[in-house]
Amino acid sequence: MSNIDAELDRLIAPGRVHRRIYTDPAIFELEMDRIFGAAWIYVGHESQIKKPGDYFATRMGRKPVVLVRDEQGAVRVIHNQCAHRGAMVVATDQGKAAEFICCYHGWTYHLDGRIKAVPLNHGYPQGFDTKNPKMAMLPVPRVKSYRGFVFASDASDGPGLEEWLGHMTTSLDDMIDRAPEGEIEIAGGVFKHAYDGNWKVYFENLCDAAHPLFTHRSSIDAAQQQSDDVHSDGAGEIAIRQMRQNGAPYSFWESQVGIWTYPNGHSYLGDYHDDAKLVAALKDPVFREYIAALERKKGKAEAKRVLEVRRWNSNIYPNVSLMSQFQQLRVVHPIAVNRTVVHSYSFRLKGAPDQMFRNTISFANIVNGTGSLVLTDDLEIYNRLEMGMSSEGSEWLQIGRGYQSDVGDAHGGRRGKNSTSEVYIRNMLDAWLGLMTKGHAAPVRAAS
Amino acid sequence: MAKRRRPKPKPRAPSRRPVLVARHRAALRVSETLDLNRCERFLQHEARLLDDGKFDDWLALFTPDGSYWVPSEPDQDNPHDTVSLIYDDRRLLETRVRRLASPRIYSQEPRSRTSRIVSNVSIEDGDNNACTVRSKLLMVEYRRGGQRLFAGTAFHRLVQADGLILIASKRVNLLNCDAPLDGIVVPF
Repeated sequence: MSNIDAELDRLIAPGRVHRRIYTDPAIFELEMDRIFGAAWIYVGHESQIKKPGDYFATRMGRKPVVLVRDEQGAVRVIHNQCAHRGAMVVATDQGKAAEFICCYHGWTYHLDGRIKAVPLNHGYPQGFDTKNPKMAMLPVPRVKSYRGFVFASDASDGPGLEEWLGHMTTSLDDMIDRAPEGEIEIAGGVFKHAYDGNWKVYFENLCDAAHPLFTHRSSIDAAQQQSDDVHSDGAGEIAIRQMRQNGAPYSFWESQVGIWTYPNGHSYLGDYHDDAKLVAALKDPVFREYIAALERKKGKAEAKRVLEVRRWNSNIYPNVSLMSQFQQLRVVHPIAVNRTVVHSYSFRLKGAPDQMFRNTISFANIVNGTGSLVLTDDLEIYNRLEMGMSSEGSEWLQIGRGYQSDVGDAHGGRRGKNSTSEVYIRNMLDAWLGLMTKGHAAPVRAAS
Repeated sequence: MAKRRRPKPKPRAPSRRPVLVARHRAALRVSETLDLNRCERFLQHEARLLDDGKFDDWLALFTPDGSYWVPSEPDQDNPHDTVSLIYDDRRLLETRVRRLASPRIYSQEPRSRTSRIVSNVSIEDGDNNACTVRSKLLMVEYRRGGQRLFAGTAFHRLVQADGLILIASKRVNLLNCDAPLDGIVVPF
C-alpha cells in the first residue's frame, strides 16, 4: 500500500471531511482508477444511438470511449483508442459509421471494436494476429442498459448494475414513466459548462436545499421585482417562476422539501415547488392536455401514481444526475483535480404535447444554461470552493448539518429529518471511501 | 449660516420597470433612412453602452417585444426546440438586466470589464424602416486575473419608429458556442 492508501480513511471523520480530498492531485489519480475506473459509470442513452452504426463519443472519467450500436443492434462501449499507435480513432462527438478507421495508418475496426483490416499487414513479425482479442478498440468489460440508460464499468468484477443502483432505479423509472407512450429520447442539444474546481463539489451542491436562498439572491430579487405585464413568448415566464421559487423562505426549505439517501452514494432531493404552473401545473392547459394523454395511454390510476412521484434532483453516484419534472440529465466529467466539465441534456417525452418540450428547453436554459441567471452563481461557488480550499485555512470542512437528527429509511436508506441536512454529502463520502479503499477501510462512516 | 451637508445620495435600487425613454433619443433622432452608416453608428453606440456597464440604457434599445439570443449550436434553427446559452424574451431580458445591478450578484464579484470591437457591418435585407444588420464581434472579458476572448457574428433586426432606432431582435452566433464554457454573465 502506498502512503496515500494508509491515509485515506483519516480524511473523513464523523461530520467532517479533510479539504485534501478536493485538492490533492494524487488522490484525484486514485479516484480515476478506483471510482471512474471501477464503479458503474453513466455513458449515454440509447436514444443517442437508435440504429446500427450510430455512435456517440464520450468519456468515462478521463478515458475517451465510444457508445455505439453494432451491426446486430447490440449496444457497445469501446475504448476510443487505436490498437496500433494509440491514437484516438473517433474524433467527432456523434454520427453514423459503417466502420471505424484510424486516421494515422488506416487500421480499420468493426463497430464492436474488432480489427477488420490492417494495411501493409505483411510487414509485422510472426505471431501478429489481427484476430487477437487484445488487439482491438477494446471493449469496456461490463456494459449494461437500464431501460435505455447505458452504464459501463471498467472492472470485470463487482456488483451488477441493478444491485449498484438499488432504490435509484425508481428515479430512472420516473424519467421514463412520465412519457405517455412509455418512451423518451434525448433532444434539444447539450450544455457544456466548465469550472476550475473538483468534480465532487458539483454533486455536493445538487441536493443542497440550504444554498438557493442565499447564493441565488440576485436572480430571486430580480425575478420577484419583474412585472408580469411585460411581453413574454413563454420562455421568460417559465424562467421567472423558477427563480421566484428559489426565494422560498428557509422555513420552507427546512420542512417542505425532503432529502433521501441510499447505499453506494445515491440521493435525491424532494420537489420544492408549490407553484401550480411550474410542476404540478394542474391548471395549465398544456399540462391538462398532457395529463389527459397520460391517462389515455396508461389509465387513470397509473397516471396518478406517476404524477405523485415528486423528486427534484436524483444523483446516481458518481457521475449522473436526473431531474424528471423537467426531463433533465447532467453528466459530470472530471478533467483534473481542479477542472470539471458538466454536460447537460434534455429529454422529449413521447406522446406529450409539443409545448411541454418547449417548456423543458426554457427550464434547461434557466437551470443548466451557460448564460443562466441562476447557474452562473453556482459556477462561481464551485470556482470559489477551489480557490478557498487551496488556502492554508481550516483543514477540516464541516458536513455535519443534520448529523444527529437524520433517520433511517426503507431500502437501506437514510433521510434528513430536516431537508437541509447534509446527509447526502456524508452518504457520498461513505461511498467514496468504500470505493477508494476497495472496501478495506475501517468503516469510519461519515453518515452514521 | 452653517453650511449644511447634503445627504449622500442613496444607491439606486434596481429599477422595477425599465426606462423606456431612451437617453440616446436626442443623439439618434434623425429623419434619415436606415442606411449602413446609421446602422453602424448604432451598433458602436450599443457596444459602448455594454462596455461602460450601462445595462439599463442597453435594455432601452430594445422594442417592447424585443428578444436577445445566443444559440448553443452553429446554425441553430430556433430558440424553442434547442437549448441556448441565452434566450431572453423581453420579460427575461428585463430580469437579466435588473440582476446585473444587484449588489449580490456573486458571479460579478468582482465585476467583469469588457472591451469589444464591432466591425464588418453590412445590411442583409430590409427597407427604410426595418433591416437586418450583420456584424462581426470581438469581445475580451477580464475578471479576477483571467481574460477570455469571445468572437462571433451578430445579427440585429433593427426597426425605426419616430426617428428612433430600436432592436427588435439580436442574435449572437459565438464561434465556440458548443465549447465547455464557464458562466456567461455580461451580455455580448
